[in-house]
Amino acid sequence: MGQHLMKGNEAVIYGALLGGATHYFGYPITPASEIAHAAADLFPRCGRHFLQAECEVSSISMLYGAAAAGARVITGSSGPGLSLMAEGLSYLSGSELPSVVVDVQRAGPGLGYIWPEQADYNFIVHGAGHGSHSGVVLAPNSAQEMCDFAYKAFELAEHYRCTVFILSDAYIGQIMEPVELPRQIQTNPHKDWALYGDAKSRRNLLSSIYLKMEELEGHNLHLQGKYRRMETEIVDFEEVLTDDAEYLFVAYGISSRICHSAVNELRKKGIKAGMLRPKTLFPFPSVRLRQLAGQVKKMVVAELSNGQMVRDVQLAVQGAVPVELYSWMGGRIPATDEIVRRLEKDVAASSS
Amino acid sequence: MHTIKHQKARSLYPTFERKAPGADVSHYCPGCGHGTVHNLIAEAIDDLGIQDRTIFCSPVGCSVFAYYYFDVGNIQCAHGRAPAVASAIRRTNEEAIVISYQGDGDLAGIGMSQIVHAANRGENITVFFINNAIYGMTGGQMAPTTILGQKTVTTPEGRNAANEGFPIGMAEIISSLQAPVFIERVSLANAAKVMKARMAIRKALRNQVDKKGFSFVEILSPCPVNWKMTAVEARRWLENNLEPVFPVGNLRDLPKGPFDRVDKKKVARISNKKILEILGVGEEEVHAGTVQLQEEQNIKIAGFGGQGVLSTGILLANCAIAEGLKTTWLPSYGAEMRGGTANASINISHTTIGSPIVSFPNVLMVMNLPSLDAFEDTVRPGGAIYVNSSLAPRKVRREDVAAYHIPVSDMANNLGAIQSASVILLTVYALVSGAITIETLQKVIPLSIKRKNLVDLNMRAIEAGIAWYGENC
Repeated sequence: MGQHLMKGNEAVIYGALLGGATHYFGYPITPASEIAHAAADLFPRCGRHFLQAECEVSSISMLYGAAAAGARVITGSSGPGLSLMAEGLSYLSGSELPSVVVDVQRAGPGLGYIWPEQADYNFIVHGAGHGSHSGVVLAPNSAQEMCDFAYKAFELAEHYRCTVFILSDAYIGQIMEPVELPRQIQTNPHKDWALYGDAKSRRNLLSSIYLKMEELEGHNLHLQGKYRRMETEIVDFEEVLTDDAEYLFVAYGISSRICHSAVNELRKKGIKAGMLRPKTLFPFPSVRLRQLAGQVKKMVVAELSNGQMVRDVQLAVQGAVPVELYSWMGGRIPATDEIVRRLEKDVAASSS
Repeated sequence: MHTIKHQKARSLYPTFERKAPGADVSHYCPGCGHGTVHNLIAEAIDDLGIQDRTIFCSPVGCSVFAYYYFDVGNIQCAHGRAPAVASAIRRTNEEAIVISYQGDGDLAGIGMSQIVHAANRGENITVFFINNAIYGMTGGQMAPTTILGQKTVTTPEGRNAANEGFPIGMAEIISSLQAPVFIERVSLANAAKVMKARMAIRKALRNQVDKKGFSFVEILSPCPVNWKMTAVEARRWLENNLEPVFPVGNLRDLPKGPFDRVDKKKVARISNKKILEILGVGEEEVHAGTVQLQEEQNIKIAGFGGQGVLSTGILLANCAIAEGLKTTWLPSYGAEMRGGTANASINISHTTIGSPIVSFPNVLMVMNLPSLDAFEDTVRPGGAIYVNSSLAPRKVRREDVAAYHIPVSDMANNLGAIQSASVILLTVYALVSGAITIETLQKVIPLSIKRKNLVDLNMRAIEAGIAWYGENC
């Protein structure tokens, strides 16, 4: 089978098109712009729709409109753009409209810069925008997964009637790797709640306003029920040498690639290291982490932020095992060596 | 003598069950203009026969509950965003009739960007803009269209231009754009003016049915409760105070839109087979080579921007794929590139590659002196450095690495192909390391370079590299 060398940011568009995406709306931003470039090139050639919006407030509103009209719709952006989308993301959740949003995380806060960070975690995973809401959050760590996750995102979004986030980072967006493309094109199914501008869908109403307190409460409970269901239905993660691991890295995205290398190096040195890499950040693999807490001596959460996922890990293991944070901010990426040396030091300290 | 029987428009629900079971009065205050406009729109929908096709975008504001009344497809939008929502619905369902119904805070305040850009794109939608110069739903605050001196709860002394600026004329702003086909401002001040409003509303909807483009009707409408007047006083105040600031009348009525729209029904559908072809799904692989790496290759290629450093890295990664190996390519990007130097990290391996970042390469290819200075010390002992000696005249200082000094810029110049200098360097690397074969390089180059003459130059560059290797290694 043919493999295509492509950027993560391009792969996500190939995956989306093969996944049946019909519409792309977006505003350019580094380091996510190649997503818009690939979409502008490929969507029209494939008979799909591409429009550059005037801002991210509009692009997310366009997702809202297109999703309401039955489209399979996607946008790509980075932190500053996601901040602007917060309003629309909340409305999408409130009206239960399915859409796919790619966040190629860059260093913040504010304008920050275009280097990688993983500091949008709290914002995306714990509900971007006002109200108690969330969406499925997928965390690719390769160009292949940028493609694969976009490919399956629409089905997930429609199944749960929610936003599916692909939470990437500047390196996973910019990396080029061989990608094997899915061989089937998905079709966009008819949705009986959507607005098609015809007699059958005329009585449909898409709204997030509830005037009666008990109805709004019921709506919230319904949404939360959906999120709880996700926890038993779609949690996904990868384990690297966890069988006999004494030291467990927990990392996603680019950090997990570096930790993977670190695990290999540490094993060569006789240290039993392993890694759990969440592929879904929401729902979070808490159950598996709780199990591993009974086995390992220590968990190390490596992330490019002030320590955001680490809170979810701590919540999952409930103090059953020490959880340490290795954190980098401002776009700095650790070399494998740096992580190896730090863990070696920690191991030595704990055994002395 | 005949009787005139007043019937409610079919596009309005007979009773408003979405409001409350059996409800037959609206939530609007007595004397409010919304009810009048709702009726005019519903009658036009009926007469144009577009009830099933209509999708009504409600704003945030008093008319947020328009879906109580209109028996058409309904969607409620975030404050001000209805024109963006409507644009996307339009681009999803070609035959839908899309209405954006907005108040003055929604359209002229928070949603100024969305309305201007939807209008500027000439979206084939219809926008009804209810301008009552005040915020109704939130309790009588200043609107962007509040007139000078008008008292509101947030301008208790009256609107003062020096502090709050002037009232915004939206119809005039929209008419500064090229794309809209129909722009009219109407008033609900009296029955005769309501009839004019009725005509404008119909025209604006008919234009959409005829796929003419963007139509905009601004409707000056009374808000007696927040104006603190009776219904009759409010209509008089509207006529005497709002109309002089916002002159009623038609600002544009074009016979056709300013550009041709593609009729999607006439465009042939692109088959899945064609899409798979466009995306390159199922393309044959060049060939799966049988290269056995002596060790994983962690490569850094560095040089000036424009020396083809990044593209040479991509070429190398493509060759690795053709050899059946795993590979990653990661660019340096951003300020570094703008500063004129660029580098790429490439890994080639038989097994899954963890970190794509090459901090300590075992292969360094440098195209200029700054790159040699920057990265020489990062190379792992036992590694190899390939230097473009034309631009990096000094020797490699390290003694624990293999060094190859190749005047690739001069060699490429002699070939008349300065842009292929890095390919000569890559050729020597291929021959020394055995990580990729020359056959693969020769097969991959024509696949990644479209221009025939550049392919030939690169082929000659490969030959030059082979010759240098033969003479020096």
